[in-house]
Amino acid sequence: MPKVQLSRIACARSGDKGEGSNVGVIARSDAAYAFLKEKLGADVVKAHMRSINFGGVKRYEADNLRALNFLLLDSLGGGGSASLKTDAQGKTHGLAVLRLELEVPQSVLDATPSA
Amino acid sequence: MQDRNIVRIANGQGFWGDSILGPIRLVNEGPVDYLTLDYLAEVTMSILQKQRSRDPRKGYATDFVAMIDRILPKVVERNIKVIANAGGVNPLACKDAVLAVLKKHGVTGMKVAVIEGDDVFGRLDELAANGEPLNNMDTSAPLATVRDRVTSANVYIGAFPVAEALAKGAQIVIAGRLTDPGLVVGPLVHEFGWKADQWDLLAAGTMAGHIIECGAQCTGGNHTDWRRVPDLARVGYPIVECKADGTFTVTKHDGTGGLVDVSSVAHQLVYEMGDPKNYITPDCIADFTSIRLEQDGKDRVRCSGVKGKPATPTYKVSLSYEDGFKALGQLTISGPDALEKAKLCADIVWKRLESDGFRYAPEERLVEFVGANVCHAGIAVAGANEPSEVVLRMGVKGPDEAKVDRFGMELVPLVTSGPPGVTGFAGGRPKASEIIGYWPALVRKELVSTKVSVFTS
Repeated sequence: MPKVQLSRIACARSGDKGEGSNVGVIARSDAAYAFLKEKLGADVVKAHMRSINFGGVKRYEADNLRALNFLLLDSLGGGGSASLKTDAQGKTHGLAVLRLELEVPQSVLDATPSA
Repeated sequence: MQDRNIVRIANGQGFWGDSILGPIRLVNEGPVDYLTLDYLAEVTMSILQKQRSRDPRKGYATDFVAMIDRILPKVVERNIKVIANAGGVNPLACKDAVLAVLKKHGVTGMKVAVIEGDDVFGRLDELAANGEPLNNMDTSAPLATVRDRVTSANVYIGAFPVAEALAKGAQIVIAGRLTDPGLVVGPLVHEFGWKADQWDLLAAGTMAGHIIECGAQCTGGNHTDWRRVPDLARVGYPIVECKADGTFTVTKHDGTGGLVDVSSVAHQLVYEMGDPKNYITPDCIADFTSIRLEQDGKDRVRCSGVKGKPATPTYKVSLSYEDGFKALGQLTISGPDALEKAKLCADIVWKRLESDGFRYAPEERLVEFVGANVCHAGIAVAGANEPSEVVLRMGVKGPDEAKVDRFGMELVPLVTSGPPGVTGFAGGRPKASEIIGYWPALVRKELVSTKVSVFTS
């Protein structure tokens, strides 16, 4: 199976939620969404984001938007204005998740337009 | 011809600091019935509370007044209603400043409404006596742990006071901690007579509000596929064209930059999302998994099918408290060997501070080499090529202000006492600034009442 970055088959947007961030991953096709719903578990995202996120990861589904929403519970270096980090609001966490490399079936790639 | 069955609500300000061009172009470049503007974040309330404690005429979003000064002629000419949570912790002072602008422009007979009741900073003990512990929603910690350091406390209020203000004839509505979606639901309740238990309709309005509340974030700003977003420099701010049945179309003025498509709207729907089935506001619980998005021509997305559930018996309260101090500073380090020298500089700073008796625990300090993989460290593979320069960014935090300040004195000296190629120290020595903690809690709705007052210019 071809190995591609998640950005090939999905978009993302992220922002702050208390002391954590949320990353909404939006599939670029129905086929990509079906694939991601099965393969892109909270555990996969947690492992990928381990250098940023120090809490748990929760996943929610919104089939109507072809979207998976991930909550990264401790990923900002403190809540409120306490963070010293450049990205204190998790604005770039979506792009970080989109760097995830996945083995994607050719049939899914064929059914999914790229950016 | 304007369709009178449609109400056009625009958002011209996604946060305090957003471009003033958003609202100016919205009122000038096409039809708009309501202009909404969002100014408040959790940290903002605390800063405004401090400003008011120093000067009783301050404590609101001053940008709003400057913006009104710019757009007032069009607002009058086109009879546009303006709704903003610019009041911060002092909506009456904000109203006075707006009335002064109206007077300057010779506008008489315009009604300006003020919504009060969200500010419970002075009522915390009374709420406690009424059995509201205001425990932290996220951690369950009792308020007592930070009670003596609380700097602001505001209830997130909903859409109905806005509708009340509009029913009283207000053309400009100034609120404090009104929810962002409430800015949009308020006019819909007023225009269509939606009732407080019409959950699907209130949820539809809430989602319309959520989609436009961050300004250009639904019209092509911050879009994954930025290369295909045309003319971001002239990006159009969003408009929802709403109908009484709760359906609405997201769009922007013709001829503006950016784009509105199913993807740009979906991007914003997931922004700051928690559980998509249960998006809780003071007015309802909206189910984000129910909305249907369809492209309806260029730069138009039709939204329908939204379901809602009954509102909860509580309001969310946002408290802020003093949580120590922090200082941050940066230097630019040129090549050759930029990253290696930047690492040496950081090491020198900590060692010099330690030699003078100042140690900062690992969780109290930060070093970043901006340009050498800061945002996605440990995730992205850094390039094989050494960067030609890096920005060394260092910071500390903690409860001791003097100790935090002491750190700030060890950055500039590196220009002459570190490796070569250290420069870029603009803005002086980093100084300790206060850290503002955020404390979310709940309060029973019957303990909070809002008041709408109308003033005429």
